[in-house]
Amino acid sequence: MGAVATRQAFGDAIVRIGGDPRVVVLTGDLKNSTHTEDFAKAYPDRFFDVGIAESNMLGVAAGLALSGKVPWACSFAAFIANRLETVRASVAYNAANVRIVGTHAGIGIGDDGASQMALEDVAAIRALPNVGIVQPCDGPETQRAVEYLLDHDGPAYLRLMRQKTETVHAEDYSFRFGEAEVLRDGADVAFVASGGLVQESLGAARILEAEGVSARVLNVHTIKPLDAAAIVEAARACGRVISAEDHNVDGGLGGAVAEAIGEAGVGARLVRVGLRSFGESGSTAELYDRYGLSAARLAGAARSLLSR
Amino acid sequence: MPHATDAPARPDVQTLRDISRELRADIIRMLVEAKSGHPGGSLSAIDALVCLYFGGVLRYRPAEPEWPERDRFVLSKGHCTPALYSVLARAGYFPRERLMSFRKFGSPLQGHPDRTRLPGVEASTGSLGQGLSMALGMALAARIDGSGRRVYAMLGDGEIQAGQVWEAVMSAGNFGVDNLTAIVDCNQVQQTGLVRDIQDEEPLAAKWSAFRWNVIECDGHDHAQVLDALDGARACRGRPTVILARTVKGKGVSFMELDYNWHGKAPSPEEGERALAEILAGESSPAPAALRGKGDR
Repeated sequence: MGAVATRQAFGDAIVRIGGDPRVVVLTGDLKNSTHTEDFAKAYPDRFFDVGIAESNMLGVAAGLALSGKVPWACSFAAFIANRLETVRASVAYNAANVRIVGTHAGIGIGDDGASQMALEDVAAIRALPNVGIVQPCDGPETQRAVEYLLDHDGPAYLRLMRQKTETVHAEDYSFRFGEAEVLRDGADVAFVASGGLVQESLGAARILEAEGVSARVLNVHTIKPLDAAAIVEAARACGRVISAEDHNVDGGLGGAVAEAIGEAGVGARLVRVGLRSFGESGSTAELYDRYGLSAARLAGAARSLLSR
Repeated sequence: MPHATDAPARPDVQTLRDISRELRADIIRMLVEAKSGHPGGSLSAIDALVCLYFGGVLRYRPAEPEWPERDRFVLSKGHCTPALYSVLARAGYFPRERLMSFRKFGSPLQGHPDRTRLPGVEASTGSLGQGLSMALGMALAARIDGSGRRVYAMLGDGEIQAGQVWEAVMSAGNFGVDNLTAIVDCNQVQQTGLVRDIQDEEPLAAKWSAFRWNVIECDGHDHAQVLDALDGARACRGRPTVILARTVKGKGVSFMELDYNWHGKAPSPEEGERALAEILAGESSPAPAALRGKGDR
């Protein structure tokens, strides 16, 4: 079905909804990397480049939102989502309808190395009231998520990837904010994944299937609010859960899954796959193998869990 | 155009002085009742706020707080809620008696402004350095809409030590938003000392000017001068305006003036009585004999 980077799909989607006069796009000298150049050309009166000043960009976005606009503030996730004090006070506490768009999330960006890899952004923003967190895994899901977020009530963080990912959704896919999607049913082990780790988990499930293991794959495109019911149901049905994310497991999806299972009192075993350190330079494939995020490594984690 | 009727008609300067005196007294009463809060910066800011809200400048409808075409005011130095709330009460956003609920459990009059709890508050602030960015966003929204809405933000001279302020100053200058006015309450004192002893900022006018702002300096306790400055801001085309309001922290209460200990401490009932006696007996806002820290080093 092809492959596209979710940041590219975002750039296409924002042009598609750009006719709505509420839509304003901001960037900090990254209109090429965040794929907002087409919007800038189509709607120059509603595009602002504030330069390398992400805190100001967030505050300006909040002011636009408080005047009825739906501003999309776009930069690398590491540089915008981690301006935490401005996200907290100007965006979250004001309940301002800002869309914080963080591209280049995780070690999947590859060669640029650790300083550009956001691995704590989800944990930080998850602690802020009012802010939704959405991480689509492919092109169609990004398109539908952007369309949904135009009318979402409240602030939201949209976490996007630099690298291309295989398309797993049809064009007529219906995005349901806050509802995890069962992409593959299974009874022995459940992968609870988000972003590019959805495709890796599907790959792991195919490897395991050849070995006679039935794996469920849950696509958690909305990390907050978390679909705890779907995760608890998977834990009950499979008894073994592997959370999978390109982010630090502490406070990220892995932390959220642990909270959901723990609070429900389900006696399932959980392995959290994700980062526990900063990243480094390399190709996506090399890094996903090194840090345990590849389909093969996820399948290995499942085998290990099943043999306990 | 309905606008002309949405700002109160400009009264004479003596009337504005009387309002300032009245609101200074409200500030002291609120703080005594709350037993905490920030008197110094509230007393320095009140004269400019009185000019803005009651001098025929800001266009607003207290009975219709969400009126889309209202002008916006953002109190970036969010700790000076006593000044803001006393103004909003007098403007008619809520009954004056409610001022006595300031900082108390369940009150919409939070320690720092919360727009989700109190109509009339345009932005929740209190984490310093962020209000000018938000005001810039509001000004850009008005430009997109082709609206004549104007946006005002008040910052403290201590606050502008924050880096985000200068990010906003740079971008507002480059965007040439002439519907944006920043008022810096240059009261010379921050929480733990004189501004010039902690991080000297002068020459301030040259700094803002270098970032393509129209700069107007005035005595921030002289209502006529402040009104002239606000009129100058409205007349300026192609650039945002900053009004450097030279003020005295704690203005109007002799034992608070220019004393950093009164940044964030409420007067006791006895101190409150002394303060009220001075405020109510005196000329409400005499021009300060000497403004310290203005280009003198």
